[in-house]
Amino acid sequence: MLDSVLVANRGEIARRVIRTARRTGIRAVAVYADADADLPYVREADEAIRIGPVPPAPPAPRHPDPQPARSYLDAEAIIDAARKTGAAAIHPGYGFLAENADFARHVIAAGLTWVGPDPDAIEQMGDKIRARNLMERAGVPVSPGSREPVADVAAALAEADRIGYPVMVKAAAGGGGIGMGVAADEAGLRSAFETARSRAERFFGSPAILIERFVERARHVEVQILGLADGRVLALGERDCSVQRRHQKVAEETPSPGVSAGLRERMLAAAIQAGQAVAYRGAGTVECLVDVDAGSFVFLEMNTRLQVEHPVTELVTGIDLVEQQFLIAAGEPPSFDPAAVRPSGHALELRIYAEDPVRFLPGPGTITEWAEPAGPGLRVDAGYQAGNTVTPFFDPLLAKLCVYGADREQALDRARDAVAAFRIAGPKTNLLFHADLLASPEFSTGDYDTSLVSKLRPA
Amino acid sequence: MAEVRAEMVANVWKVVAAEGDHVDDGDTLVILESMKMEIPVLAEGPGVVTKMHVAEGDVVQEGDLIAIIG
Repeated sequence: MLDSVLVANRGEIARRVIRTARRTGIRAVAVYADADADLPYVREADEAIRIGPVPPAPPAPRHPDPQPARSYLDAEAIIDAARKTGAAAIHPGYGFLAENADFARHVIAAGLTWVGPDPDAIEQMGDKIRARNLMERAGVPVSPGSREPVADVAAALAEADRIGYPVMVKAAAGGGGIGMGVAADEAGLRSAFETARSRAERFFGSPAILIERFVERARHVEVQILGLADGRVLALGERDCSVQRRHQKVAEETPSPGVSAGLRERMLAAAIQAGQAVAYRGAGTVECLVDVDAGSFVFLEMNTRLQVEHPVTELVTGIDLVEQQFLIAAGEPPSFDPAAVRPSGHALELRIYAEDPVRFLPGPGTITEWAEPAGPGLRVDAGYQAGNTVTPFFDPLLAKLCVYGADREQALDRARDAVAAFRIAGPKTNLLFHADLLASPEFSTGDYDTSLVSKLRPA
Repeated sequence: MAEVRAEMVANVWKVVAAEGDHVDDGDTLVILESMKMEIPVLAEGPGVVTKMHVAEGDVVQEGDLIAIIG
């Protein structure tokens, strides 16, 4: 077993990884930028190392500052912190350097254990075009789309003619929904292409653009996979992530109310094939689009790391995924019997963001009140507490309110009560949005798709 | 004369309009960035940018003056 781990992340995920490390007897090292020095994860770690300054001071320089590059994206500072503290392994969490193959190689070359898949698997899946091509060869269904990067508007128009409108335009190296756009016709494609292109360069450092067929009534459903140290790949059920704003997830649930037993069986089998195609080790997620009308699915992308919404899978399987990550990284078998995994009950995750509940615009601020709900079936993975300041420098996730019930109805009832009981004052929050979501007929019946949020909040 | 103010704490990522520019309703004046989101600040009516109070890289607080449209 690993004896120590440095968590190269912040907020709720750093805290969650540290929690399992400490529970399983692994010494946990946190790293932090000055802006995060007071967050709970820093205090709960066995040791904490500062890796970067507060991003721009108010009488600021005139050039835009790529702030996090100086902290959680600073590979050298993170590896130095591991050396200084004698940490034997690095867990990257999600975001930041989690899907950076060069960083993973750097960690391994420094003699540390990388808690994640082989860097080659990260690289193969990091480029969405390469990943699509690889999956197609492995027999996993993909939607009609680009087999190579789309270089310019003319090429985009030609591709869209071949694929057929409407199309989705996105950055091949992208993530988090940034720069993604749907185009119904040529004019729309011209503008979506330009947007995707500029965002791709700015946020992901690569201009490569991918175009694929847009599915109108789609659910976004993903499969949790786990590549064991002995080479076997397991599928631990699906998560429905169709509640999205700006192509970013807001609420997730398992099992998916829109997936039949037959479809589930095919999706899980395809996810295992996808993992095997890259000899996947550790926790990963195969994201798919389910065509509600056709009852079919296509591969979207594979996330080669722990997913934000992993707790819903933990709640219905009783498996601590972070613990399995540690065991697999150490070359050990999992803590559970793979033949005996029987998900039961229903779980939801509601992402509590620092944003207004109507237009979803960011609303950072100092937290004057923070009272988490408690009760049967509730789990709150929070990055903050009262007295902390939510800064504009990082993503808006404050906490994940996770709810378990024996069935979907009980989970929804508990979630409604928990949302009403959660008190946060200071920053803006989307708690009222979650109350509306849980009250909506679409979500209550489970009959919804990725257009749900825009129906609940028409522009 | 219209004052355009920041709706939230943010960094000024891009200043799109310059003092002296004529802008129409809905034109982008500056682009703010907060919590990994770009937020365009738009002119709410036609006019001339008589004063641009922010520069790229500045941090604005909620309610801070961004520009004056005359």
